[in-house]
Amino acid sequence: MAPVIQITDLVKDYHVGDMAIHVLKGISFAIDHGEFVSIMGPSGSGKSTLMNILGCLDKPTAGTYLLDGVSVGQLGRNELAEIRNKKIGFVFQQFNLLARTSAEENVELPLMYSDDVSVQERRTRAKKALHAVGLEGREEHQPNQLSGGQQQRVAIARSLVNGPRIILADEPTGALDSRTGLEIMAIFQQLNRDEGITMIVVTHDPDIAAYSNRCLHFKDGLLTSDERQAAPRDARQDLVALSPVEGVA
Amino acid sequence: MKKVSASIRIALRALKVNRLRSALTMLGIIIGVGAVIAMIGVGTGATKRIQEQIESMGSNLIIVLPGSITSNGVRLGSGGVATLTQDDAKAIATECPSVALAAPTVRGGVQVVNGSNNWATTVQGVTPDYMTIRDYTMLSGEFFTSQDVDAAAKTAVLGETVAENLFGDGDPTGQTVIIKNVPFTVAGVLTPKGQSPTGQDQDDVILMPISTATQKVLGANKANAKAVGTLMVQAITPQAIDPAIQEMGALLRERHGILPGQDDDFTIRNLTEVFATQETSAKVMSILLGAIASVSLVVGGIGIMNIMLVSVTERTREIGLRQAVGGKTRDILLQFLVEAVTLALAGGVIGIIVGVTASIVISRVAQWSTDVSLLSIVMAFVFSAVVGVFFGYYPARKAAFLDPIEALRYE
Repeated sequence: MAPVIQITDLVKDYHVGDMAIHVLKGISFAIDHGEFVSIMGPSGSGKSTLMNILGCLDKPTAGTYLLDGVSVGQLGRNELAEIRNKKIGFVFQQFNLLARTSAEENVELPLMYSDDVSVQERRTRAKKALHAVGLEGREEHQPNQLSGGQQQRVAIARSLVNGPRIILADEPTGALDSRTGLEIMAIFQQLNRDEGITMIVVTHDPDIAAYSNRCLHFKDGLLTSDERQAAPRDARQDLVALSPVEGVA
Repeated sequence: MKKVSASIRIALRALKVNRLRSALTMLGIIIGVGAVIAMIGVGTGATKRIQEQIESMGSNLIIVLPGSITSNGVRLGSGGVATLTQDDAKAIATECPSVALAAPTVRGGVQVVNGSNNWATTVQGVTPDYMTIRDYTMLSGEFFTSQDVDAAAKTAVLGETVAENLFGDGDPTGQTVIIKNVPFTVAGVLTPKGQSPTGQDQDDVILMPISTATQKVLGANKANAKAVGTLMVQAITPQAIDPAIQEMGALLRERHGILPGQDDDFTIRNLTEVFATQETSAKVMSILLGAIASVSLVVGGIGIMNIMLVSVTERTREIGLRQAVGGKTRDILLQFLVEAVTLALAGGVIGIIVGVTASIVISRVAQWSTDVSLLSIVMAFVFSAVVGVFFGYYPARKAAFLDPIEALRYE
């Protein structure tokens, strides 16, 4: 089976005035369908730039990026938007929910930009996605009526509502306390295991990376290590261990 | 099409979220459209009123005034000498092909009495043709006939103001009034015409046969028993007015024996032309008022652009997110354009209601006649849509071409 993501000799330069800054200096790796990958590295290592390229928000300067067998380097603005809509779910550190808009409407957002989804179907799928992240009954709540963890779960529901191939999460637990972060990781693991969605999580926290089954380390625009973990930690079990009385969200 | 409806839905949702701001933005357009409609209403009302007044004078009207002759080096003003006669009127009516009717008139002030009521008014001695020329109709009774003129019958037709002052609400037809000690039978009452373009009450008048007026009421001109005051002439068509003036001028010069090089002893005036000037100035006023009001519409449009630009900046992260989850250039452009157009159109509709209401209030309170035409409403609506698109496009374009990475990172 062809990998979901195939990156070969990827280079990204930024030009500031006359100076060219080499952010990514030739990176190659592949991610198979159903993997749970964490991307680590200090700031300035180029991991954010890599995330932008993986998320089809930015284009590489050189090298190839095959997503699902499609080379995205040559695609235009609107074709990239189409790919983001259909194949990629985004989860951000700051949640990025629309204020004064209900949870359900926030989740519906990607479907608004998707062809041939009826109002009824949109609603059904949004409800289903909220249900999948454990937020049934909160459909009409607005972001300011939800806790940070709940807001991030709305964001996760939004990322998976259009049935993506991969979910890209940029520091998804960065704005949350450790327990809530663990809950988010538990949801990611569950989506990865049950739905087979490829997960890519950018983090600087080794404790978070421990829940993935593969860890890519970057430094100075280069891939420095690619470790596979045969037995990653199970976030659900850790949650139970943390508070056996309360149970799992 | 589905995407368009989705964009509209998204835009409406965004407007609903910012209710107060949306309302304040609309206010500019509301005032603009309201002002345009009310001002054009006032202007059109004024024009229409003047048109009605001109029509009340009678159509294709030409007036021939006597006078201005030089006697021993002294030039007398217009009407200084009675140079026109009833025969002149007859000759004009029969010999000028462009003239439909010509009526001689004499006029004078009198005191008219009915029992204990009396009233100072103007008597006009005329012929039945005068009724046709001036477009009079009868409120009650009948106009006198040419037999009455031949017989110098003591019969009179009252204007409504006179009838009201002498008889109150009663119908004077068939009653008797005393004018200069002569009893007159009231043949009828004229349908009111209201003010003339010069502001005179056209209903404060008594009409009677010209023969009766000269012989029994006003007294004949000492020099010429057949002399009259003015001639009222009606041309056959509006286009015939100028030829009629030419023909009458030539005919009167010939009849009065005026040699080439000598001045006319009469003056011909095209009344329609005189009043058309007033009509034109009313129209100019209407356009001017509309133009001034349009300025506020443009200012309202700039208000929309301003708010949309603020909105785009403020919602940069939202735009980035929308782009990240699949919003294409066109989707974002459409969303912000629809927001702007919705603001403008909603403002336009409310503005139309405000403008129509203002016109009604102006006509009630200020007693100005206003006339809001359907055309001005349709135009205001279309114009506000155009304002929305015009002033909404630039901010919308700015939003649509934001860099998603920059936008998502925007603080």
